[in-house]
Amino acid sequence: MLSTLTEPLAHAFMQNAFAAIVLVGVICGVMGVFVTLRGLAFMGDAIAHAVFPGVVISYVVGGNFLVGAIVAASIVSLAIGVVTQSGLVRNDTAIGVFFVGAFALGVAIISTQQSYARDVTNLLFGSILGVSRDDLALTAVVGLGVLAVLWLVRREVVTISFDRTYAQSRGLNLWGWDQLFLLLLALTIVISLQTVGNILVLAMLVTPAATARLLTVRLVPMIVVSAAIGACSGIVGLSLSYYRGVSSGASIVLAATAIFIAVFLFAPRTGAITARVARRLHFGHPERDQCAEDQPAAEARGRWA
Amino acid sequence: MDVNIAPSTRPRASTGVHPSPDSAARFAASRSPRLETEHLSVHFEDRSALDDVTLRFFPGETTSLVGPNGAGKSTLLKCLAGILPPTHGAVRLDGEPVRRPSPRVTYVPQRSDVDWRFPISVLDVALMGRALGASRLWPVPHRDRRAALTALGAVGMQSFASVQIGALSGGQQQRVFLARAILQEADVFLLDEPFSGVDAPTQSLVLEILAGLRQQGKTIVFATHDLAMAQESADACVLLNRRVVASGPPAAVLTIANLQATFGGAALTPGMLAMGR
Repeated sequence: MLSTLTEPLAHAFMQNAFAAIVLVGVICGVMGVFVTLRGLAFMGDAIAHAVFPGVVISYVVGGNFLVGAIVAASIVSLAIGVVTQSGLVRNDTAIGVFFVGAFALGVAIISTQQSYARDVTNLLFGSILGVSRDDLALTAVVGLGVLAVLWLVRREVVTISFDRTYAQSRGLNLWGWDQLFLLLLALTIVISLQTVGNILVLAMLVTPAATARLLTVRLVPMIVVSAAIGACSGIVGLSLSYYRGVSSGASIVLAATAIFIAVFLFAPRTGAITARVARRLHFGHPERDQCAEDQPAAEARGRWA
Repeated sequence: MDVNIAPSTRPRASTGVHPSPDSAARFAASRSPRLETEHLSVHFEDRSALDDVTLRFFPGETTSLVGPNGAGKSTLLKCLAGILPPTHGAVRLDGEPVRRPSPRVTYVPQRSDVDWRFPISVLDVALMGRALGASRLWPVPHRDRRAALTALGAVGMQSFASVQIGALSGGQQQRVFLARAILQEADVFLLDEPFSGVDAPTQSLVLEILAGLRQQGKTIVFATHDLAMAQESADACVLLNRRVVASGPPAAVLTIANLQATFGGAALTPGMLAMGR
């Protein structure tokens, strides 16, 4: 059993891949908690697509893809903000307009390149087996930086997520804090691109956090559980991909989805099936139910006797 | 009509006599207002939300803010809190112009502004009153935690400290927000409809707490739809419908004529008319 997990680690590229997916699983799991709590799933999807032209341009000109991605994400999130603030267009509509537009720009640029098909597949679905030591170091440094900043501004982020008007009354600049959060989100997405790819990164942001929310009503446990589920789905998915020859990005996301469905159905207390079974079991106690039913009746008798 | 709020005489027997501007001016001269607005106007795009509002709020005084929906009650409270910059005019705190939110003013938002599903405990909500100013590197100091538990005790919510905020009833949630406001140790308490959707025991508990704060010399302003509460639980009352219809001691302000001018004759229910005199 254990050898099933350790065998792939004999290869250096699999060591890198496992390290990368655990890092990405943890970082996306933590950021995802705030993304889902603030209802920013669509915004996350938008940023994942918005960084695409930036990555493509830096790829074409041979620059640093991190810089290109951040610039593209900033431009798109700023454009969304400006159009939304005009009051003429709803926020989700503005997101829809700009993220598809940015994505199309990326596709247009990359289609002029020779190695179009392979590059596009790598960017969209990730190429986790091609993660080098340098990529790993970059992911670790940027990811831990994101977590460190998130930890430093934890109180502001929690206050703004919970009660925006109160946050304003405490002098917090909502626009500035929102932009900072979107920047952290963009960085998280960028470092996840190589492992899970442009399209599937949304699942790493949303699914583990949504699963964790089903299991706890406390923030810190939710963050820990979400990070653990992110890392676990990474390990399980990557192992499956190694043994079955399935696309790694897809099998990682499928693992996360399977965990979500299992928890949704069988979570203690909240599970769709477990809660129903618990009710059934409860009705299986005739004497307890009898008591509960008879109490008002007995009281009424006592009162009127 | 545009009379400044004068501190009511205590005991708060309703004399039914509107204080002459002269006596109000004399009283005001002896005590300076903690918070005041001067010809305050707010325009949203093409619509005017507040028009030429001049009011004064004194230490140790509770003011009720009454008006129909859309009258600008929330807008006025947000201006007083420094959240919303006025289009014209000014808000002053102890004579100093308010340009941004001050820690000396605490604001309890309407219930609808809050994400109730957020996984946060009652204690952590109350701690927000302190935590935002605390060191970023360390957990909130122990004395702040103790203060939070004490404040929760004062509003009767100590035994709920570890419960998720969304699991509470509306009245209990309101009490937690009051604890958060108390922890901020502000001088001015602004409450937007603190009594809407709240059960009767909580209402009286909240009123008791507000009375205690007033005793400590705090300035309290609350918006309400409840005319009985506006009259009985406040030293001063403001009738607002974009502009100030009337302001002063509640008994003098809440007349049928003033209420009709505020709400429009048709909108007045028999119950509201029974309140006025």
